[in-house]
Amino acid sequence: MYRYDDRDRAIIGDRVAQFRGQTERYLSGELSEEQFLPLRLQNGLYIQRLAPMLRIAVPYGLLNSTQLRRLARISRDYDKGYAHFTTRQNLQFNWPQLEDIPDILAELSEVEMHAVQTSGNCIRNTTSDPYAGVARDEIVDPRPYCELIRQWSTFHPEFAFLPRKFKIAVSGSEQDRAAIRVHDIGVQIVKRGEEIGYQVLVGGGQGRTPVIAEQIRDFLPERDLLSYLEAIVRVYNQLGRRDNKYKARIKILVKAMGAEEFGRLVEKEWEQIRDGAEQLTPEALAWAKSFFADPDYRTFDGAASDAALQAQAEDDKAFSRWLERNSFPHRVPGYRAIKLSTKPTGVPPGDVTDRQLEAIAELADGFSFGEARVTHDQNVVLADVEQERLFELWQAARKHGFATPNIGTLTDMICCPGGDYCSLANAKSIPVAEAIQRRFDDLDYLYDLGDLNLNISGCMNACGHHHVGHIGVLGVDKKGEEFYQVQLGGSSSESASLAKVLGPSFSRAEMPDVIGKILDLYVEQRQPEEPFIDTYNRIGLQPFKERVYARAS
Amino acid sequence: MPAQAKRPKPAKLGPQPANPAELIIDGTLASNEWRLLPQSDEETEITAASLAPGKVILPYGIWKALKSDLSSRKTEIGVWLDSDEGAELIGADAEALPLIAVHFPAFADGRGFTTGRQLRERYDYKGELRAVGAFMRDQLTYLSRCGFNAFAYEGEQSLLGLLASLNDFSDSYQAGVDQPLPLFRRRGLS
Repeated sequence: MYRYDDRDRAIIGDRVAQFRGQTERYLSGELSEEQFLPLRLQNGLYIQRLAPMLRIAVPYGLLNSTQLRRLARISRDYDKGYAHFTTRQNLQFNWPQLEDIPDILAELSEVEMHAVQTSGNCIRNTTSDPYAGVARDEIVDPRPYCELIRQWSTFHPEFAFLPRKFKIAVSGSEQDRAAIRVHDIGVQIVKRGEEIGYQVLVGGGQGRTPVIAEQIRDFLPERDLLSYLEAIVRVYNQLGRRDNKYKARIKILVKAMGAEEFGRLVEKEWEQIRDGAEQLTPEALAWAKSFFADPDYRTFDGAASDAALQAQAEDDKAFSRWLERNSFPHRVPGYRAIKLSTKPTGVPPGDVTDRQLEAIAELADGFSFGEARVTHDQNVVLADVEQERLFELWQAARKHGFATPNIGTLTDMICCPGGDYCSLANAKSIPVAEAIQRRFDDLDYLYDLGDLNLNISGCMNACGHHHVGHIGVLGVDKKGEEFYQVQLGGSSSESASLAKVLGPSFSRAEMPDVIGKILDLYVEQRQPEEPFIDTYNRIGLQPFKERVYARAS
Repeated sequence: MPAQAKRPKPAKLGPQPANPAELIIDGTLASNEWRLLPQSDEETEITAASLAPGKVILPYGIWKALKSDLSSRKTEIGVWLDSDEGAELIGADAEALPLIAVHFPAFADGRGFTTGRQLRERYDYKGELRAVGAFMRDQLTYLSRCGFNAFAYEGEQSLLGLLASLNDFSDSYQAGVDQPLPLFRRRGLS
């Protein structure tokens, strides 16, 4: 992974000192609430319903064991002993004290971490594929480009006060596991012959007005990444709406003028800066890539290793299930990537204790070259595990509560913190997730249902990605009471689609039954091996609607 | 920005920049030698002849209307751009101007950062580039990286505090007016 040198350390150190000063000025009354707001937001600090919330940047989800141990220590020393993985591959502390934040940032900077631009109307943490570097369908490893974007966007002087927040995602594989089509900019790395380049999409997003991004360039040469991004953000900074924060995202601008016209303005701006200093040099590209070279893989006979694992799995049904759901094929023979589930029943999705953070560090050190990755579905990936040690890892993961074999199934939900924590929420989301997990806890049933994403957001800001869930649940407020709207058919993959509303909303108590009816209809209607989303796409919304809203006869 | 790009124009006159007596220029405190003419609904009533002598910063609309009549007063006519007026409106005329001011009607309105950079980098503007309006102390490093060298601050904090904030950062990742090379070109990579 990327390692700081003295210059990176100096820049992050300057930021810690700057924020210490800003906090002191605020606490002494020199800065007003309104003046402090954008300053603390650009350091990831929100004032929440119950306490401040501090969002730590985890660049494209990568963490090493030293960082994990430090996060554990911070959660113990400054918080209530737990932390929360977010859908932007970041990590949040829910209970820090405002006056401690500068010290927390100083502790983070010692392990090359920060909270820069994790909130505010600026360029946020760049996200990517949690299987970057190991996936079999990878075209090019996206991590070096993510790091170059991280550096370019960090304290970008021109783009710290954009009309609204701005999110970039990068995918380097055939399958899109980074949801690039629901980002302000989606970068798909492609190859034309041997030449590396990018397909560039703009104007996607979730929130109140979900939009699928549109392509404005089919092939951008590798060296031009930063200048092109600069051109896009510059056009947006100048022309994006600032009169209404609900219409200020780039997607609204792109919709209003059309992707073609927006692309034309970007190209015109880019023509003027493409040969400038932000053009990536071969040395810079080689340098960025050098941080993501292969670790010291051992050489295995792939077929023999696969056979041995198969034999182990046949002997132990529980292990076999875990292997099936929680492991991912690796491009190097004899290795697999595995997902640690943070979603056992009854725990808010994405929540981990300080001990669990330390356990992840221990597992990373013991099994995966000391590194782990936070995923956008709020789990943790160990990317480089030897197949012959998977059984050992599984047992260790079970001990720490990470081996719930539910990855990609109904109970592996994406869920925002909701009304329990968040001051924006219309409704609680965690209790809904838990009620659904409790109702559908039979593993044989879950496996039979197969791949199914259920995403829950507590309000229309869509932090729980309900628009792109196969089943999406949205908390709504009806005359002061919490209700839940159900949507079907969303997807954040390369064939991205937005979910459609099923009909009138339900009370929290009704939700498990409603989900049950949807699943029953799917099981009745599906063809052999047909996943939920394909059945939905084949039969449409109407049959589900009829089933769910049928009057009891 | 491309000239044909339409910016949303506010329906009525927005907040106008103040013109404080003291400001920061090139990293030191200085007294303000310029008058600043606010925008007005009666812009057409001002003519080159009725404009009092001395250094004055004109709103873009008036400057545009009068610039050919004021060519004999080049060293004492500056112009200020509102946040919905981009660098391309001045364009090649920038070279001959002694002062351009860019208005930040609210600190959250970041359009002026782009305007500043483009004036310096695209139109090669070398004169005084002054930030006016409601910008904050903590934006000074960003502003100076975008080419601003003068800060007519209207807030309540001391200008000495602002001077300190100019040096909040010792290095930067990306190219800017102050440091035209991004860090990846300065890391000594071979």
